[in-house]
Amino acid sequence: MMNIHFFKIASLFYLLGTLSYSVYILLLKESLSKLGATIVTIGFASHTLALVTRYGEAGHTPVTNLHESLSFFAWMIIGVLLIAHLKYKVKVLGAFLTSIALILMLFAFALPKEIVPLAPVLKSFWHPVHVTFAFLGNAIFTLTFCCGVMYLIQERQLKSKKMGAIARRLPPLKVLDDLSYQSLTFGFPLLTLGIITGAVWAEYAWGRYWAWDPKETWSLITWFLYAAMLHQRLTVGWRGRKAAIMAIVGFMAVLFTFLGVNLLLPGLHAYSNW
Amino acid sequence: MELIVIGLNHKTAPIEIRECLAFPEDKMEEALSTMHALPSLKENMLLSTCNRVEIFAISREAEKTVQDLKHFLSGYHNLPLKEFEKSLYLFIGEEAVRHIFRVASSLDSMVVGEPQILGQMKSAYTIATESQTSGIILHRLLHKAFHVAKRVRTETKISNSAVSVSSVAVELAEKIFGTLEQRAVLLIGAGEMSELAARHLVAGGVEKILVTNRTYDRAVTLAQEIKGEALRFEEMALGLKRADIVISATDSSQYLIRHDQIAKVMKERKQKPIFFIDIADPRDVEPGVGDIENVYLYNIDDLQKVSNENIKDREKEAQKAEAIVRDEVAKFVAWHQSLEITPTIVALRKKFDQIRNKELEKTFSLHPNFSEKERKSMEALTSSIINKILHAPLTRLKRTDEEAMTDTYIVVLTTLFQLSEKSGEED
Repeated sequence: MMNIHFFKIASLFYLLGTLSYSVYILLLKESLSKLGATIVTIGFASHTLALVTRYGEAGHTPVTNLHESLSFFAWMIIGVLLIAHLKYKVKVLGAFLTSIALILMLFAFALPKEIVPLAPVLKSFWHPVHVTFAFLGNAIFTLTFCCGVMYLIQERQLKSKKMGAIARRLPPLKVLDDLSYQSLTFGFPLLTLGIITGAVWAEYAWGRYWAWDPKETWSLITWFLYAAMLHQRLTVGWRGRKAAIMAIVGFMAVLFTFLGVNLLLPGLHAYSNW
Repeated sequence: MELIVIGLNHKTAPIEIRECLAFPEDKMEEALSTMHALPSLKENMLLSTCNRVEIFAISREAEKTVQDLKHFLSGYHNLPLKEFEKSLYLFIGEEAVRHIFRVASSLDSMVVGEPQILGQMKSAYTIATESQTSGIILHRLLHKAFHVAKRVRTETKISNSAVSVSSVAVELAEKIFGTLEQRAVLLIGAGEMSELAARHLVAGGVEKILVTNRTYDRAVTLAQEIKGEALRFEEMALGLKRADIVISATDSSQYLIRHDQIAKVMKERKQKPIFFIDIADPRDVEPGVGDIENVYLYNIDDLQKVSNENIKDREKEAQKAEAIVRDEVAKFVAWHQSLEITPTIVALRKKFDQIRNKELEKTFSLHPNFSEKERKSMEALTSSIINKILHAPLTRLKRTDEEAMTDTYIVVLTTLFQLSEKSGEED
C-alpha cells in the first residue's frame, strides 16, 4: 500500500501549502506565496507517485471508487493551479484552490481506500480517457468558480466604495473576469470531450451511447449551463457579475453531477461499495 | 502704497464668466503692459487659471486703481462691467496678503491642497517679471507666498489629501481594469483637479485621453497640453462609448450624465466596465448611475473617504495651515510697514546714533581722564560726521519727485543696515 503513504505525504504538503498561502494573504509577504507554490509542487509530485503506484497495484486507472475519484480530482485541481501560476499573477488563487484540494483529500482519506477490482466489462482504453477529460474539465471549472467568488466579493467592495484590506488583497476585476473567461474556454471543450468519450465508453461496455442514466442527464445539464454562459459571453457581452454568478451556479451543477448523483441517485456510476 | 487683489474664482463666478475673463497665456504680456500704463498703478501681475482670474496690484490710490482695473477687465474682454461686477472680490492691504498666501498654499482651491496652483502662480510671476510690471513689493510678496506654500506643504498634511485623491483614483482604476495600459480616459470639463487626475492616470499608463468642454477652445488647449484629443461637447456620447474612465468636473448646476443614458451606453459598450470619477460640486453624475452593472461611480467625497483622510484630521490640518498663513501675513505686513519713508529715516538715524553712542562709551571708558570739554567736543565731532554722511541720502529720500525709486532705496537701506529685525528672515 505504498500509494497511501504518498497520499498522506501529499495531503500533509497541501496542508502546509494552504497555511503558507493563508499567511501570505494576511501579511502580503511575497516570499510566502513562493514558499506555498514550492510546497504545493512537492505535494503534487508525491500525489503523482501515489497515483502511479496505485495504478501499478490495481492494474487499472485508479478512478473507480469515491476515495480514488476525490483524490484524482484534487490532483487535477493542484495541477491546474500550478499551470495557472505559470501564466497568471493571481496569487490568492493558491489559497483557494489548495484549500479545496485539501478538503477533498481529507474526505478521500476518511473513505475506504481498498482497491476494488474493475468489472471486466468496464476495462477499456476509454476509461482513463474519459475520467481524465471529465476531471480536468471539473478542475478547471473549480478555478472558474474561485474566480467567480472572488469577483463577487471584489465587486461588492468596489461598489460599496470600500477599499479596505479585502479589496487590496483580491486581484483586479478585469483579471478575475479574464481568467474566468479563459478557464471557461478550456473547461468547456474538456467537459464536452468528457461526455463524448463517456458515451463512446458506454457503447463499448453496454452497447449503447446514451441511456439517460442520472449521471448522463446531469452532465448534460451542466454542459448546457456552461454552453449558455459561453454563448452569452460571446454574443451579448455578459461579463462581470452575471458571468461570476453563472460560474458559481455551473460549479454547483458540476458538484452535483460528480457527488450528488453518486450519493443520492441510483445509477451505473454509483459507488456502491464505499 | 496699498496692495490690491481684485478677481473672481470658482466660488464667486460660473465658468461662463470665468472663461470670458480669462487671459490666454500668449496675451498675458500685452495685458500686463496695458494695465501697467494706468497712472495710479505701480506694480501688477495677473493670475489666470481655469478656476480663477486675479489681478495683484500695488497702487498709490487704492480706490482709483480698483475702478481703473474693473474698467480694464471690462474693456479688455469686451464684457459690460455689470455682467461680472457682482462676481468680483476685492482685498486690500493685509487682507490681500492673506488672500495671496492662501491661494498659493492651495487653501482657496476647489480641491484644497491640489498642487497645480503653486506652479501656475510661479509662471504668472515669471511672466510679470519678464514684462517688467512687477516690482520690489510684488517680488517680495510672491517669494513670501511661495515660502508660505512650501511651509504649508511640508508642515501640514493638507497637500496629501489632493494627491491621495488622485492616487486613490488610480488605485481604484487598477482594481477595476487591472493595468491602465490601453485604457482611455474622458475628461469632461477642463479644470485643475481633472487635469491633475488625468496626469496621474497617464503616469499610471493610460494610453488615450479625450477632452470635452462646453467651450471647445478650452478643450483643444487642454488636449494639446496633455497630448489628448478634443471632443465637442455635443460629441460627449461618443466619448462615453470609447472611454473606460470618465472624470467629470464641470460646474453645471444639473446632472450631465444620467442613469438612462448610461444604461443605454452600457449596452452599446457590450457591458465593458466604466469608471466614473465625479469631482464636480454640485455633482455631474446622477448617483443612480453607480447602480448600473459594470459601472463604478466615485465622487470626490468617496475618494477622500477611501484615502483614509477622515474629516476631523483634514480640519485640523486646515487650521494648522491657516495658522501658518496668519503668522506669515503678520511678518509681511511688518516688513511692508517698514517701507514707509519716515520710519526708515528714523530707524536709520537711530541705528547710527546707537553705533555712535556705543563707540563713544568705549573710548571714554578707555580714557577716564578726558575732561568734560574734551568729551563734549568728541560728541559734537561724531554727531556732525553722522549728519554729514546722512545729509545727502536723506535729502534724496525725502524728494517726492523720485517716488519710483524710493521703494528701491528703502529696501536697500533696510537690507544693508539691517534696519528691520521685525520683518522676519530674509530669503
